[in-house]
Amino acid sequence: MTATNAPTPLAGQPVGQRVEISGFTLPEGVRLRLLEMGLTEGIECRVVRYAPLGDPMEVQVRGYFLSLRTAEAEGVLVATAD
Amino acid sequence: MTNSLEIPGGVADGQKASASRVESKARTVALAGNPNSGKSTLFNALTGLRQKVGNYPGVTVERKIGRFYGAHGQAFDLLDLPGMYSLQTRSPDEAVARDVLLGRRDDTPAPDVILCVVDATNLERNLYLVAQLAELGLPLVVALVMIDLAERDGWVINVPELSRRLGCPVVPTVAAQGKGLVELRQAITRQLNGPAPHRATLPPAIEQGVRPVKDVLVCVSDKQPRFPQAEAILLVTGTKEQAVAAPAGVQPALTQARQAIAAAGVDTISATVHARYAWVETIIEHTVRTRRGAEATLSERLDGIFTHKVWGWLVFLGVMAAVFFTIFRVAEVPMDWIEAGQDALNGWIERVMPAGDFRDLLTQGIVAGVGGVVIFLPQILILFFFIGLLEDTGYLARAAFIMDRVMSRVGLHGKSFVPMLSSFACAIPGIMGARTIDNPKDRLVTILVAPLVSCSARLPVYSLMIAVMLPGAYSAWHKAGLMLALYALGLTAAFGMAWLFRKTLFKGERSLLLLEMPPYRRPALRVTLVRMWERASIFLRQAGTVILAISVIIWALSTYPKPADPQATPAQALAHSVAGRLGHVLEPVIAPLGYDWKIGIGIVSSFAAREVFVGTMSVIYSIENGEEDTPALRDALLGEKRADGSGTYTPLVCLSLMVFYVLAMQCLSTVAVVRRETNSWKWPLFQLGYMTLLAWLGAFLVFQGGRLLGFT
Ligand SMILES: Nc1nc2c(ncn2[C@@H]2O[C@H](COP(=O)(O)OP(=O)(O)O)[C@@H](O)[C@H]2O)c(=O)[nH]1
Repeated sequence: MTATNAPTPLAGQPVGQRVEISGFTLPEGVRLRLLEMGLTEGIECRVVRYAPLGDPMEVQVRGYFLSLRTAEAEGVLVATAD
Repeated sequence: MTNSLEIPGGVADGQKASASRVESKARTVALAGNPNSGKSTLFNALTGLRQKVGNYPGVTVERKIGRFYGAHGQAFDLLDLPGMYSLQTRSPDEAVARDVLLGRRDDTPAPDVILCVVDATNLERNLYLVAQLAELGLPLVVALVMIDLAERDGWVINVPELSRRLGCPVVPTVAAQGKGLVELRQAITRQLNGPAPHRATLPPAIEQGVRPVKDVLVCVSDKQPRFPQAEAILLVTGTKEQAVAAPAGVQPALTQARQAIAAAGVDTISATVHARYAWVETIIEHTVRTRRGAEATLSERLDGIFTHKVWGWLVFLGVMAAVFFTIFRVAEVPMDWIEAGQDALNGWIERVMPAGDFRDLLTQGIVAGVGGVVIFLPQILILFFFIGLLEDTGYLARAAFIMDRVMSRVGLHGKSFVPMLSSFACAIPGIMGARTIDNPKDRLVTILVAPLVSCSARLPVYSLMIAVMLPGAYSAWHKAGLMLALYALGLTAAFGMAWLFRKTLFKGERSLLLLEMPPYRRPALRVTLVRMWERASIFLRQAGTVILAISVIIWALSTYPKPADPQATPAQALAHSVAGRLGHVLEPVIAPLGYDWKIGIGIVSSFAAREVFVGTMSVIYSIENGEEDTPALRDALLGEKRADGSGTYTPLVCLSLMVFYVLAMQCLSTVAVVRRETNSWKWPLFQLGYMTLLAWLGAFLVFQGGRLLGFT
């Protein structure tokens, strides 16, 4: 897919949105963990849902489902696909 | 095949002689895999009941070792490692798994073969761990589990091709149905001294950086690392903090390597992970096909309900209500049996043995002590059963998902909610359940506040004091309301203290929630029951021994020294004993709370186990067979007068006493378990201190504040 838009945080992306991960603004340890869980730069993921209180959020990546807090998702930069 | 050493020479020449030789030379197989990938199921299927459960010395990570036999009858020790996502560890559990795999632990034999469980429904991320394990260079066998579910979902996996590309045997396995177990045993036997699997090539700059670090590691360490290559990769590709923590001897080489890699413009962290995932992606591309489009799975549709803004909460409340109802109502039946059994046993002892100290030690110390533990067993079994069920069905992750916001507000973690929930039955399983929280600080905060949640041992005290405070005229609704208020107070205190600890003691570190949402699965009842029993038996061993010892000590304290007058009533004898004297000593401290020395005796004697309070009060007021709802004890308390003729147990005193029991630790088994779980005396003693102080302050505020407001 071709990512066109400028990078925005993963947090706040609408449900159902497909995004491509483009970078991180997170401490090293957290970034390593997210990468190892499969959220690598260039991978496409889909926003599945937000928890009833708006936090955490769930994404689908590499065929499985992962929840992360919006605090971390703020530091995951994505480009949205059109 | 190069395993001839392990095989008894001939069939005839001594089955027996060789049996013991083989036995002692059992090879070690480490069972690794992602959390929740089906590891326990495979472990149980391979080893049956030939397993030993213990702990790794020095840490509170469970160690399970089981025995199974290979294709030629040779023995293997299967070591069940904690679930892990990566060798770059984050939690104490993962660190243990890593250390065992790397042969770093002296107390555990280094593995000869790694058996890695790979969940076929989540192949890509599971293979990331395989990519890392392959870097060790140990012979590897992959058990491809959940293959039945993958096939049902329309995935077609080319197993021979997968095996060829990984460079190790891949065995499709459905452990619960016994499928693939024979093949696994054969593959493991064949892989003894087998070749290393293929591995991902890391970017050239990193591979170059690893080499000198590896060479230095071999030279400088006093203890030769078993896998210098893998150790070097971990150091070079880890975070800065990990690099700083490396042994001093490797620092120069390590710094140089990391600088060289940075100079080459390579981001070690992401380049390494990318290289491994790229390797995995290529493998997947050539081995996996799907027969289906990307329609929403059943799990996803179910989640639409279970995590819905309205239905989600309703389901959550319903599930919790069901768990609670079962814990408190259904458990009552076996608890009554246990109580009856205990009474019968004591009655029998009293009939067959002459009266005396030894008989009292048996009945009041040992039987009462053991009974005090066993009585909680039904609740704990039910609780562990439900937790296992929630885990295995996948609902637990959803509950953590919807609760995380609430919990993180007070500085806890989505996963803290299970320990907190468990603590309504008993803080001990709750504290043990905190092991699932991987961040050490989140875990510690959870452990520190869990005993503030009202456990079922507080119920007898609450019931007695409510009966005294709200006698006759008040309806059952008033009593239930007050009871509810006490539970709410405990929960509020737990959240409040968690918030306070987060703001003060454990400031700064941001906790991380990365929660895998597994698909909903039908639980295998057998697995759930086995796990329930494992956890319950840990509780029995933990709490049982401590409570037994403590009940004997408390019995002695409240028996000796004996009054000179042999005609003394039990109440007089108690007043004469060490516990009785302590009650007097305590009086100045507890007078501001509205208590007299008799209540002091109750507090002292229930220091180890709060429910003892009721029994002690019965002795003090000479009530035979004191039960919490015995009107006799209630009336005795109501009739108790101070020197000036006013009642001792005014409503305000009752309230103050209840608040005290809501907040006070009063449970030495919890202290013992916390000591074990945190591996130091520092935290349990701190906890005992802060809770006792909190209880005193709470009771003081209630009593003095109430008096200022004109209540009595
Ligand atoms: N259908 C199916 N279910 C499995 C298989 N292996 C394990 N399970 C189920 O998956 C769940 C998690 O398994 P468990 O062994 O507890 O995973 P662990 O957390 O890695 O030890 C349980 O409900 C098992 O019954 C399998 O091969 N097929």
